[in-house]
This record gives sequence, C-alpha cells and structure tokens, in this order.
Amino acid sequence: MNEVVKEASRPIAKSKVKRAPRLKNKSLWWMYIPALIVVSVFILYPFLNGIRVSFTDWNGFSQTKNWIGLEQYKRMFQDPATWLVVKNTLLYGIGSTLFQNIIGLLYALLLNQSIRLKSLTRTIVYLPVIISPLVMGYIWYFFFAYNGGALNDALNLFGLDKVNALGNPDINPWIIVFVNTYQFVGIAMIIYLAGLQSISKEYYEAAEIDGASAFQQFKNITMPLLMPAITINVVLNIIGGLKLFDVIIALTGGGPGNASQSMSTFMYDLYFSRQDAGYAATQGVLMAFIILILSLFALVYFKRKEIDV
Amino acid sequence: MDGRKKMIKWLLTGIALFVTLFHLIPFYIMITTSLKANNDFSSKWLMPETYKLSNFIEAWEKADLGTAFINTFIITASTAVLLVLLGSMAAYPLARMFTKLNKFVYFLFISIMVIPPLTALVPLYKMVVDIGMMNTHEIAVLNNLAAFLPLTIFLYAGFIRSTIPKELEEAARMDGAGTLVVFFRVIFPLLKPVTASILIISCVFIWNDYQFAIFFLQSKEVQTLTVALASFFGQNQSNLNLVASAALMSMLPMTILFLFLQKYFVAGLSSGSVKG
Repeated sequence: MNEVVKEASRPIAKSKVKRAPRLKNKSLWWMYIPALIVVSVFILYPFLNGIRVSFTDWNGFSQTKNWIGLEQYKRMFQDPATWLVVKNTLLYGIGSTLFQNIIGLLYALLLNQSIRLKSLTRTIVYLPVIISPLVMGYIWYFFFAYNGGALNDALNLFGLDKVNALGNPDINPWIIVFVNTYQFVGIAMIIYLAGLQSISKEYYEAAEIDGASAFQQFKNITMPLLMPAITINVVLNIIGGLKLFDVIIALTGGGPGNASQSMSTFMYDLYFSRQDAGYAATQGVLMAFIILILSLFALVYFKRKEIDV
Repeated sequence: MDGRKKMIKWLLTGIALFVTLFHLIPFYIMITTSLKANNDFSSKWLMPETYKLSNFIEAWEKADLGTAFINTFIITASTAVLLVLLGSMAAYPLARMFTKLNKFVYFLFISIMVIPPLTALVPLYKMVVDIGMMNTHEIAVLNNLAAFLPLTIFLYAGFIRSTIPKELEEAARMDGAGTLVVFFRVIFPLLKPVTASILIISCVFIWNDYQFAIFFLQSKEVQTLTVALASFFGQNQSNLNLVASAALMSMLPMTILFLFLQKYFVAGLSSGSVKG
C-alpha cells in the first residue's frame, strides 16, 4: 500500500506551481455532524441528564419528579449496600487487573520461548475473548453449579463434601474475579507477547557478558521495557473490571442479597426491580467518578515509569 | 549443558500443555453437559453413553435461536456499516483541519470515551420509551453506534494523520473534485487496515452485547442471542443440559470465524485496545 502512496504523491511534490483550490469551509464540520448528533443524543445528553436526575426522587416512570437536592447523595453515603457494592466493584476491578497481568505476563514469557504447542496454547487462551461474557458466565456456571456442576462431581469422586461456591457470599465475588480473569487474560498475554518480542536481543547479550543472572535481566531489562505494555493492560483491565456486568448476571445475579453485586448490576437492580431511578442515577454518578479517578491514577502512575528507548 | 537445556524445554512444553488443558475445561464440561439427557446423572467429566443430540433441536426451538441469530446479525451488520461510514467521515476533518472548532469537537469525542455507557442508562431508558423506540432494531443500532463512534473516530483520525499524505488530496482537489469525492475515492480506500480492525472490534463486541440489549430488546421478536439465552436460562434452571446446548450453539459462529481468521482477530482487537 505504501508503494501506491509514494507513486501517487511523487508528481505533485514536483509541480509546486499550481496550488490546490482552497477550501471555503475550513472546518468541514458537516462531515462530523451525523456522528456528533448520534453521540450527543445517546450518550452525552443522557449522561448529563443522569446527573440532573440524581438530585431528584424520580421513580423511573412517573411524569413528575421532585428536586430534593443532595438527599440521594446523603442516602448513598449512609447506605451500607453502597459500601459493599463499591468494595465488590473495586475487587472486580483491581483483583482482575492484578491476576490478568501476572498470569498474562507469565503466559507471555512461556510462549516467548521456542517450545512446541505454542500456537495451540495461544489460540485456546485467547478464544474466550471473542465469546460473550454472558455466555462465558453460563459456561462456568455448568462447572460451579451446586446441583449438577462439574466441581461438585469431582469433589464427590475424592469423597469430599459438596460446596455451594456460587451461593456463598465469602467465595462468589472471587469466582467472578476468576471467571473474568480467565476470559480476558488472553488480551494481556498478547500485548505482553508483542512487548517481549519488541525488546532487542542485544540488551540480553550485553547483560550476559556482564554476568547478570536471569532474574537480574528480567528485573533490569524486561520489566522497564515492558512498561508501555503494562500501562495499557492495567488501564484496560481496570476499566473492564470496574464495569463488570454480564458475568455477574450469569453466575450469581448479584446475590445472595447484594453479596456479589457490582455498581453496574446494583444500578440495574435499583432502577428495574426497585423503581428507585433517582437513587440509581446517583449510584451511576458515583460509578463514573470512581472509574474516572482510578483509570486516570493508573494512567499517570504507570506513564511516569515508562522509559524511552 | 545441552541435556539440561533439552529438559527445560520439555518442562516448558509440559507447562504449556497443562495451561491449554486447563483453559479447555469449561468448554469440555459444556460439551459433555450439552450431550446428555436431563436424567443422565453420570459424572460431568465423562462423555455420555448415549448421546442425546435432540437437546440441540429442542434448545434451538424453545429458545427461538433462529430469530435471535437473525436479529443479532441485522443489528451487528447495520451498526458496523454505519460505524465505518460515519466514523471515517467524522475523523477526516478532525485529523486534517485544525481549526479551534475541530480541536474542541475532537476533544469532546475523546472525553466521551471515558463515560461508562451504563451510567447514562436511567435517563436513556426513559428517553427511548418516550420516543417509542423500545423493542426496535433501530435503537440497538443507535446505542451501539454511539458507544463505538468515539473509539472509531479516534482510530481513524490517528491513522489519517500518521499515514495518509496530504499531497494526495490536494492533487485530487486540483482536478476539481469535491470534498466527498476526494474522501471516498482517494482517502477511504487507503483506510483499509484500520477499517478491518474497527470492523472486527465492533462486530465482536456488538454481537456479544448484553448490557444494552437486555434493556431495550425485551420482546421475543427483536431479542438478540444473549437476551434469548438469558431468558432461556431463567426458564430452564432445572435442565442445564438444554441450556448448555443453547450456549454451545450461540458461541459457535464467532468461534469458527475466530479459528479461521485468528490473525486478523488478534491484530484487530489488540490495535483497538492498545490505542483505546
């Protein structure tokens, strides 16, 4: 394709005498008007309107709503459910990020060696990325289900008691982290693999001559040069984890009670099951705020650690 | 030394085999479950003695997967076409004409990428009900379009700015071509690599979408695969075998596509994530 570009641009570069006619409308704004309208109507307007709704007692369907100032915010901060849900959301966001990056990096290091099965392993690990998170949730449901799940089948075989993994509020948030990690670790793996392959072999050869151990090479060459990949992965995984919705619906429905609810599923519940639209909007504002702060924090923190080569 | 290296290599291959098998477990369990009768209580880890293939027919009919496939296809394809069209057109002036207005609009699109779509749900739902667009393909298309336009514009603008030489357009304009002609005849054909990435990213995510679909596509005639599957799961909690058959069928087209076009999927999906 570059050939074509070069070919086509050559004659023009030579003949600088004739100039292209200047455009009358320099912004060409009519070209982005359709996109701007779609985005404004379906994202920007509802988002701003949501902030407005968060100051009301609206139930979600009546035509009237009362302005109640900061009441919903007061309620939110006093509601123990808020803290449980925020805690879960942070666990999903930060927990998945941690596991996806550690395991993704280990997989990438493994597949960066010249071994058999390399491409098969890569394909299988990556496959869940393209499957709907909802379907992935159900697929793991067949494994973890109390009745008729494969896990209890295996425990039974070894003479152990059945576990109610999905119904136990101490365990099920971790299962959700596990399933989310399982599904998206392939993305981290691929990004790390690309990062590893872009590091010049010369650095390692030089380190070898200086007598650096494998661990020192990893710490002083691999890690610093992988920082851009780490930044991308961390920001990506945090945002994905904090927004988690489908997997939770498939595995636990947010229960028991609110035990595995994330901010997304909690909002859904408040709006559709409890007709508490004003409060749902308030939770939405909190969620947007948390996602924004955490992703900015991650971006700035890891960007500062990047070095230029 | 040579022997030790060989051993390490075999050890690593062993680990790779273990990782592969571990990642296959849930799929294997789904397959054994989908092939068994509901009253077959043999271990989930074993293949059934008699295969109950009628599960697939029963699940297909009861979950109305045929309709769901068609709906999902219509929504995904129309969104993808509009996304490429509107996105590339919007990106062109934003990548080329650095007026104050354009700089602001570009900044606006980028900022919108940060807004989690679900936080706008409450007022959006009310608005959709008010304008009478509930349970239509159009609303699913518009919502997905809005959700993916900022990323699309970002990817197109970056590509235009960094790889398309300005001289090309000037030459065409000198021949008297209008902006639209220049764009579609000269620029657009050169955008193929990004267009491919955008098509893959958006098709995968829109095909798999559940968050929007569950809110706006509740009636049976318009429901997508994920919605059909979720309601089927709700009705058949006591017959997981049927649910497993339905889940297996619903993931099949994308999986086959992925296995054949793996290179493009991986490149496309990661170019989107790297830049997004």
